[in-house]
Amino acid sequence: MSLDFDSARLPNPHINEDHDAWRDHLRRFIDREIMPHADDWDEAGHIPDELWPKAAEVGLLGMGYPEEFGGTTEGIDVWHQWITNEELARIGVGGITASLMVHGIGLPPVINWGSQALKEQVAPPVLRGEKNISLGITEPGAGSDVAQLTTTAVRDGDDFIVNGSKTYITGGMRADWVSTAVRTGGEGGRGVSMLLIPTDAPGFSRTALDRKQGWWASDTATLHFDNVRVPATNLIGEENQGFLVIMTNFNGERMAMATQMEAMARVCLEEAVSWAQERRTFGKRLADHQVIRHKIAQMKQKLNATQAYIRVCYEAIQAGTAAPGDIAMLKVQASETVEFCAREAMQILGGIGYMRGSRVERIYREVRVNAIGGGSEEIMRDLAARQYGL
Amino acid sequence: MKVLVAVKRVVDYNVKVRAKADGSDVDLNNVKMAINPFCEIAVEEAVRLKEAGVATEVVAVSIGDKSCQEQIRTALALGADRGIQVETEGSVEPLVVAKLLKGVVEKEQPQLVILGKQSIDGDNNQTGQMLGALTGMAQGTFASEVAVDGDKVNVTREIDGGLQTVGLNLPAIVTTDLRLNEPRYASLPNIMKAKKKPLDVFTPADLGVEVTSHLTTLKVEPPAERQAGIKVESVADLVDKLKNEAKVI
Repeated sequence: MSLDFDSARLPNPHINEDHDAWRDHLRRFIDREIMPHADDWDEAGHIPDELWPKAAEVGLLGMGYPEEFGGTTEGIDVWHQWITNEELARIGVGGITASLMVHGIGLPPVINWGSQALKEQVAPPVLRGEKNISLGITEPGAGSDVAQLTTTAVRDGDDFIVNGSKTYITGGMRADWVSTAVRTGGEGGRGVSMLLIPTDAPGFSRTALDRKQGWWASDTATLHFDNVRVPATNLIGEENQGFLVIMTNFNGERMAMATQMEAMARVCLEEAVSWAQERRTFGKRLADHQVIRHKIAQMKQKLNATQAYIRVCYEAIQAGTAAPGDIAMLKVQASETVEFCAREAMQILGGIGYMRGSRVERIYREVRVNAIGGGSEEIMRDLAARQYGL
Repeated sequence: MKVLVAVKRVVDYNVKVRAKADGSDVDLNNVKMAINPFCEIAVEEAVRLKEAGVATEVVAVSIGDKSCQEQIRTALALGADRGIQVETEGSVEPLVVAKLLKGVVEKEQPQLVILGKQSIDGDNNQTGQMLGALTGMAQGTFASEVAVDGDKVNVTREIDGGLQTVGLNLPAIVTTDLRLNEPRYASLPNIMKAKKKPLDVFTPADLGVEVTSHLTTLKVEPPAERQAGIKVESVADLVDKLKNEAKVI
């Protein structure tokens, strides 16, 4: 029995031939259109514009979105989501996925809570890969503590006037729209609304955050709003009900991140095993040294646990019984797993793993953004603990 | 115009195949299988003909056990309208494949049959030509361009020293070369739609063909391992070795 990306995946009885077909075709697309350029794009700090329409063409961008806007829903389930995230993570360049799939966090608020007119305006061009949409929650003064955000949107006739700023916004430099959390009411979570802000509105400006530890290929930005006038019809959901929109949105984002982290950890295992079987030290293969064999077994052990946990969460999502606390802790489980596997894989690879250009080196740089973004490990555990009513 | 496309299930081109320990065959255990790349080009060409309004229906046929339905589904996801599986067991040699395809041609009466020039497993490059002989249809092999013009088709062939264009009367057989087109990726919506497209299964008996075998594989062995190269000291050394050791000059 070998240990590679595919064989290190536990069997899942929910996977049928349709899922396999999607994995096959998607992998083909990724292997030809993305893999050969992944390292260059990572170093260059961005991905080419034409990747979005290409990804739209194969159905990657539209997966799970309503067919009336150009998406695909028929026959699509959570296992398709898992496979998609796995295959994207297999590239081993987090910034590519973060940037290419950023509509995965920016668009659902519009789809789930926006008006029909708003959906019709935004969803089709985004799903065709012609326009980009991001999510703007975090501010220089408020991150995980969403209830403290200070960007204001003050009603003025049929418009809102927005002032403030957002930071660490994935896809922020390219975004044509940003689903933005703004304060429309009093203090705390009850005064927060979601507003779709077009980035061509006067008073909007942005600054690139292009020197990051990881996610190099992602166009992260700080966004500035200086008396930006936005039509009130761009409100996503009810006024002052934004907190609910944000919290609901987080579950999807965390599942996507968790599945990607597990798959990145699996890439680390694959690379480490392949090297351990080839490299010889002290007269035998690395894989014949007990210390290395135990590292590999421990990586697989953590991967098994994470995979099983992902499956339980997806089953719960499918059944409509998912607890946000369980998803939050899954994200921690996954970030600890990828942190461990990236570390151990690099120890096994040694010097070669430290050189730029290998998947393990790249994944090592992506660990922290995953352990912090989408809700830090500390916030995740706190969220879970609060739900126990201790 | 109806187009029939033949597709074959083969070992994925990315897989490094191994011979079985007893040398009886290639080891297909747990090996990733895929549609033969030349067959994929054939499907793409047929689908393009349909998109251009030249073809009205594209039928994908494969011969093999149930697992080859996966490759028929791939053809359907790429745009073929319906599928036919001729159910056989074990390996089937080119002449039998050609006879079975002739049976399908008689049933379906296509104006154009497009096949890959060869499959990447056996590299036989025989089926299309044999089908031409059995059906009496005109054939254009190694196509790098296919242009249907009324009841004719002009096929540009890649031959030694350049390109040759042959004009064939329809119905005709075309086998594809690598540069005919670049196949598209199957999209998620089309993969889902492919499930609902009809797929009929026939037995060789339904087509009046007996599966026989005229060929026996004696031995399958991996190519000899390449020896490591050497560095030569001087040009004179190199010339000497090319002349006396390699005997190439």
